[in-house]
Amino acid sequence: MDKVILEVKNLKQYFRINRKFTVRAVDDVTFEIKKGQTFGLVGESGSGKSTIGRSIIRLYNPTSGEVIFNGQNISGQLDAEQNRLLRIKMQMIFQDPMACLNPRKKVLDIIAEGLDIHKLYTNTNERNEKVYNILEKVGLSQEHANRYPHQFSGGQRQRIGIARALIMEPDLIIADEAISALDVSIQAQVVNLMKKIQEETQTAFLFIAHDLSMVKYISDVIGVLHLGHIVEMGTTEEIFANPIHPYTKSLLTAIPTPNPKVEREKIAQAFDYDTSGIDYNIGQKRLVDGTHFVLATENEYKKWVSL
Amino acid sequence: MKILEIRDLHISFKTDNGKVRAIRGVNLDLNKGETIAIVGESGSGKSVTTKAIMGILAGNGVIEQGSINYTWEDDYSEEVGKIEGKTVDIVQLTKEELQRDIRGRKIAMVFQDPMTSLNPTMTIGMQVMEPMLYNYKMDKEHAYQKALELLELVGITNAKKRMKCYPHQLSGGMRQRIVIAIALSCDPYVLICDEPTTALDVTIQAKILELIKDIQKKKDLSVIYITHDLGVVAKVADYVNVMYAGKIVETGTIDEIFYDPQHPYTWGLLSAMPDLDTDDSILYTIPGSPPNLAKEVQGDVFAPRNKFALNIDYRLEPPMFDVEGSNTHKVASWLMHPNAPKIEMPKELKHKIAKMLDN
Repeated sequence: MDKVILEVKNLKQYFRINRKFTVRAVDDVTFEIKKGQTFGLVGESGSGKSTIGRSIIRLYNPTSGEVIFNGQNISGQLDAEQNRLLRIKMQMIFQDPMACLNPRKKVLDIIAEGLDIHKLYTNTNERNEKVYNILEKVGLSQEHANRYPHQFSGGQRQRIGIARALIMEPDLIIADEAISALDVSIQAQVVNLMKKIQEETQTAFLFIAHDLSMVKYISDVIGVLHLGHIVEMGTTEEIFANPIHPYTKSLLTAIPTPNPKVEREKIAQAFDYDTSGIDYNIGQKRLVDGTHFVLATENEYKKWVSL
Repeated sequence: MKILEIRDLHISFKTDNGKVRAIRGVNLDLNKGETIAIVGESGSGKSVTTKAIMGILAGNGVIEQGSINYTWEDDYSEEVGKIEGKTVDIVQLTKEELQRDIRGRKIAMVFQDPMTSLNPTMTIGMQVMEPMLYNYKMDKEHAYQKALELLELVGITNAKKRMKCYPHQLSGGMRQRIVIAIALSCDPYVLICDEPTTALDVTIQAKILELIKDIQKKKDLSVIYITHDLGVVAKVADYVNVMYAGKIVETGTIDEIFYDPQHPYTWGLLSAMPDLDTDDSILYTIPGSPPNLAKEVQGDVFAPRNKFALNIDYRLEPPMFDVEGSNTHKVASWLMHPNAPKIEMPKELKHKIAKMLDN
C-alpha cells in the first residue's frame, strides 16, 4: 500500500467577523492523500476549497482538527524543525502567475529564493545549476533565467511558478486554481507538464479547481466541497459514474461539454441549499461502496440512492 | 434579416513597441434572432472586434479600414420616428451620433466581471433605471416599473426589495443578472456578451447561459458571444467564428465547426479541451504560443504552430476557401486549396467526433 503523505482529520477553519458572527469556512473536513496521488477538490466559489489549501500549508491557523504531514502533526504550534519541514516539503502554486511573481526579481532569483532561505546549496554554481535543471524540466530554457516575469506569456509564467515549487523537491504540491487563468490550449500544456512531473517525482498533488472536466482528467480521488463540507468523496470513476449527492449531480450536469448535440438539449439541474431542506451539520459520512462516501442522514441517503 | 455586417475590418494599436495590428481583415455577419460565437485564445482580437462595434476602443486604437454596418429596424426617439431598413456605418459615425443612436440603445454589452461593471455607490434599482432615464427621458415611475419587470425577467426573486440593494450585497451570479438587466433596459436589438460567465461558477454559469437564451427567444435578440470555452459555445451558438491572431480562420454553423472542422487550429482547439470522456494519457496541445502582432507577418500567421503547414503558408496569406457542399462553412487555410495535399484531421479527434455523434 502506498504511503499516506497527508492526512487531514476533522479540520475546522472558522473566521470570527465580530462578536455575533463567525464564518465557518471549513467545517469538519477529513481526507487523505497518498504518495504520487492527485486529490481534486471541487466546489463553487465560497465553498472553502482555497481555505482548506491555505490551512494545510499553514497560511491560516486551523481552528481545530489535525493535519498530519509525513507523520508529523502540523496543525498546532510548530517548532523550528517542523516549520522547516513544512516550508520545504509542501509547496503551493497560485492562480494568477503574474500576481505571485515578484516583478522586480529575475526568474533565476525567484526560483532560487527557497534554496536561498533554507541554504540548500554549497556554492553559487550549484544553485544556478539547480535552477537551470528545473527550468529545463518545466519546458523553459537556460537563457530564460535572466529575464523578468513581465517578459513571459501567461503559460510560461505559470511554468515559472511550478518550477519554483518543484525546486524544493516537495512531497506535496497544492495547486490552487493553477490553470483557471490560462487559455484552453495553454491549460493543456500545463496540465501535461504537471502529470509528467508527477510521474517522474511521485509528488502528491492537492488540485483545487472549479473546472470539473480538468479535475476529472487529472485527479485520482475527488472531493466535492460545498459550504465548507465535503458532501461527496471517492475515486474519479466512482464520483462520475455514480454521483449520489444532489449537489454533485448539479455540478456534473452544469459542465458544458463541447458537443452541441448534447448541449442544446440539456438543462442544468439546479441545487439550492436553502430550499433543499438538507442540513449538512446533521448528516453523517456514509459509505456507498469502495472508497465512495457521501454526507447524508439515513433518510436522505435512502432517498438519493433510490432516485 | 442581416442586422450587423462587418467587412474587412482592420484595427491597430499604437504602442511604444510600434504598431500592433490586432485585427487584420475581419468579416462577420449577424442575422436577426441568431447567436454567433467568436472563439479564440486571449490576444486573438475577439474583444477588440466587439469593442469596435460599440465604439469603445482604447485611446490608442485606430480603425484603419473596413466597415461595420448596422441596419436599423425602427427608432424609438420621437424626433426621428420610425425608420426601417436604413443602414449606417458605425465606423463613420461621430462620437455623439454613436452615443445617441447606437450604444446602449441598439447594441448593448455584458462584460466579464460583474463587480467592476457595476457602480458600487448606487443601488441596483437606480442602475437599472439609469439608461432608460438617460436614453429615453422616461419618467421615474415608468422606469421603476420597467426595472421591476426586468429584474423579474432575469430571475431575481423579491425584486422590489432588491432594487434598494447595493452591488456588494449580492452574489456573483446575481450581479451578472443585474448587468444583463441593465443591458436589456433599453430594448437593444444586439446583445454582445464578452465572456459573460468566465468569472462565475459552473452551476451559475449554466443558469446564466440558459437565462440569456430564454430572453433571446422572448425578445428576438441577436447575440454575439465572445468566449474561449468551447463548452459554452456548444450550448448557445448557431454560428461559430474561430479567430486567430486578428483573423477569422474558420467560420460555419455550430455543427460544421464541431463535427466537421477543417482548419488545423480548430482541430487543435477541439482536441485540447478534455471532455468528461477523455482518458488519454496526455492531452493534445497546440505547440508554441500565439504570435507577436507588432511584427510584420509574412504568409499564414498560424504556420509556425502548424505541423501541416505547406511551403506556401510561409509566403502567402491564405484566402477564405469555401468548404464543398456548404454555403456557410469557410476556412482560411491553404490546405483547402484544390491542389493542396489531402490532409485528414488527427485520428484522436476523428475518434472523439465519432463518439460525440454517437451520443
